Amino acid sequence: MSFFETSGLAVGYNGKTLIRDIDLALERGGILTLIGPNGSGKSTILKTIARQLAAIRGVVAVEGRDIAAMSAKELARRQAVVLTDRIRPELATAREIVSLGRYPYTNAVGRMTPEDRRIVARSLELVNAADLAQRDYMTLSDGQKQRVILARALAQQPDLLVLDEPTAYLDVKHKAELLSLLRELAENEGLTVIMSLHEIDLAAKASDLLLCVKGETAAAFGPPEQVLRECPAEALFGLEKGSYNAALGSIELEKPVGEPQVFVIGGAGAGIPVYRRLQRGRVPFAAGILFENDVDAYVAGSLASKLILSPAFEPVTEELFTEARGVMLACGSVIDAGAPRGTLNEANARLALLAAERGILNE
Amino acid sequence: MEKRGSGFGSGRFWAVTGLLFAALLSALVINLAVGTVRLSLSEIAALIKNGADASTQSMILFNVRMPRMLLAAILGGALAVSGFLLQSFFRNPIAGPFVLGISSGAKMIVGLTMIFLSGVVALDPAALVAAAFLGSLLITALVLLFSQKVQNMELLLVVGIMVGYICSAVTDAAIAFASEQDIVNLKYWSMGTFSGKGWDQVVTAAAVCLPAVLLSWLLSKPMGAYALGEGYAKSMGVAVKPFRLALILLSSLLSACVTALAGPVSFVGIAVPHITRRLLKSSRPALVIPAAFLAGAVFCVFSDLIARTVFAPTELNIGTVTSVFGAPVVIWMMIDRRRRGA
Repeated sequence: MSFFETSGLAVGYNGKTLIRDIDLALERGGILTLIGPNGSGKSTILKTIARQLAAIRGVVAVEGRDIAAMSAKELARRQAVVLTDRIRPELATAREIVSLGRYPYTNAVGRMTPEDRRIVARSLELVNAADLAQRDYMTLSDGQKQRVILARALAQQPDLLVLDEPTAYLDVKHKAELLSLLRELAENEGLTVIMSLHEIDLAAKASDLLLCVKGETAAAFGPPEQVLRECPAEALFGLEKGSYNAALGSIELEKPVGEPQVFVIGGAGAGIPVYRRLQRGRVPFAAGILFENDVDAYVAGSLASKLILSPAFEPVTEELFTEARGVMLACGSVIDAGAPRGTLNEANARLALLAAERGILNE
Repeated sequence: MEKRGSGFGSGRFWAVTGLLFAALLSALVINLAVGTVRLSLSEIAALIKNGADASTQSMILFNVRMPRMLLAAILGGALAVSGFLLQSFFRNPIAGPFVLGISSGAKMIVGLTMIFLSGVVALDPAALVAAAFLGSLLITALVLLFSQKVQNMELLLVVGIMVGYICSAVTDAAIAFASEQDIVNLKYWSMGTFSGKGWDQVVTAAAVCLPAVLLSWLLSKPMGAYALGEGYAKSMGVAVKPFRLALILLSSLLSACVTALAGPVSFVGIAVPHITRRLLKSSRPALVIPAAFLAGAVFCVFSDLIARTVFAPTELNIGTVTSVFGAPVVIWMMIDRRRRGA
């Protein structure tokens, strides 16, 4: 039995099933992330897990206990949420917001004991927001607000934390900080995390398990590498005007179509800015000669209309050089990205020399 | 580090309530003393010490000024708390029984009762409170129905104001069928005043409002959680549906009591909680409810003093005075909120 499990879970609104057959299992201290396009039902699944929405069929269990059978107080002591709703409390300090998290522990009128205050202070420390305690919540930045909201959830001392799009309003720095924080909490505090993310690259990096949500059943569930293989991002998001590179975790825009007009001699990352410039100018291009393991090869694979690829850790063969020469001469225009030359890729030096002789080398 | 207190332990709450209490006491004493017949402090002290007798001064003190002043204090406090409950319910500080049309609804049902049932049932204060409660609930239900359709608070206020006009129109139309005597009673009542009230009304007001305010205070804890939104409230263990129902029932009961006993009194429900929050520098219901009750009492006792003394012997409606002081506070509050981007 895993710490968190769902079996035969079907979720939806007003008795109408949106997604069915959701079978999940997550160990204590694990991070499970739901990925999928907008409107795919990620929030619906999270709301059902948090019991904000009743399951249509099936069971959600924490430590083997069906959450439907828990009292409101028991559930609130085991589970806390971070929702997408932006809160607008008037005249409330960050500490007051976090103190609300003690709700399931305080007495009928909400009196805070010294122990409650200690836990509130510790929750603020865990999210590195101790210095914000006295600040008016509404004067905080989006990143600070999100940390305070997280501290409020931690003040509930939950075993399971459910977060719906916690990075939605954050810039890159704060996205990275928040996800690192969640990883720390999972490792150090044994907190189990279930969340949804928009950023598929961050999801793969921050999570132990991914659930790919698309269509009527959960499309794939498992470790990130496996899920991204079974459920490629292009298909998941219906990405037509671009492509997703799972190894780099990056999204490239649409590849320019047509016969290559420019040949780019790249390597060791020098080619990438050139490829991107040509892509923006919608100029179809060929890229070469690149080794399979070169970072340029990953990007050129998404953007170049022709790619001359050489096996890794081997010198470029004469046949491949001849092929590259043919493609280059057909292009009629060459850009040397200025990659370093070594013994294995001296073929590229010969290509550049040839282009210069023919007067087709651009500076 | 700057210490910004907001708990019971921090001095601010006690300083504010202490100040409000002192203001209320002085307002009460001034109210007893000032009027067409002036009573000095020593006269008041002597009268209270000797108990009621047949003298004119004793009549004025015990049968006119004292019940009137107590009524103004209790109902003013009730109105402020009623407004605060509605604001918590809608999570918007501009909500109040008057702007949402709830007071007008109460007025309508009380008016209809006075006209059509005056010969059928005894119109004692308790009956009027019951009628006003019915009217409040009716309009609240209507406003809630609309609030599910419109998420925009400004739009909801417009709906509330329109509903208020409809209720007033119905009340006016009903007056056409009223007897001369009913019209006089109704006109007098609907202008809104604390004058001519006796101990009957004070007892009814205290019996209804004080328990209702106490119950409201006991809802402080879920109210605080509910301020973060329904989803968060639920996740912390608030039983949202019964809680919302309790808020609406208490708020309606409080504003109905005011409307039944003193007629429509405007703006206290919005202006007083706002000022109170500002004074406390906190929105915590456990602090705001008792302080707003005191502040509402002070506000209405002073307003009533102004209503009966400024143009004496002519008396102003209580609503006239509360509007003059309350409406600018509401305007200031809305501009302030817009400026802070809330």
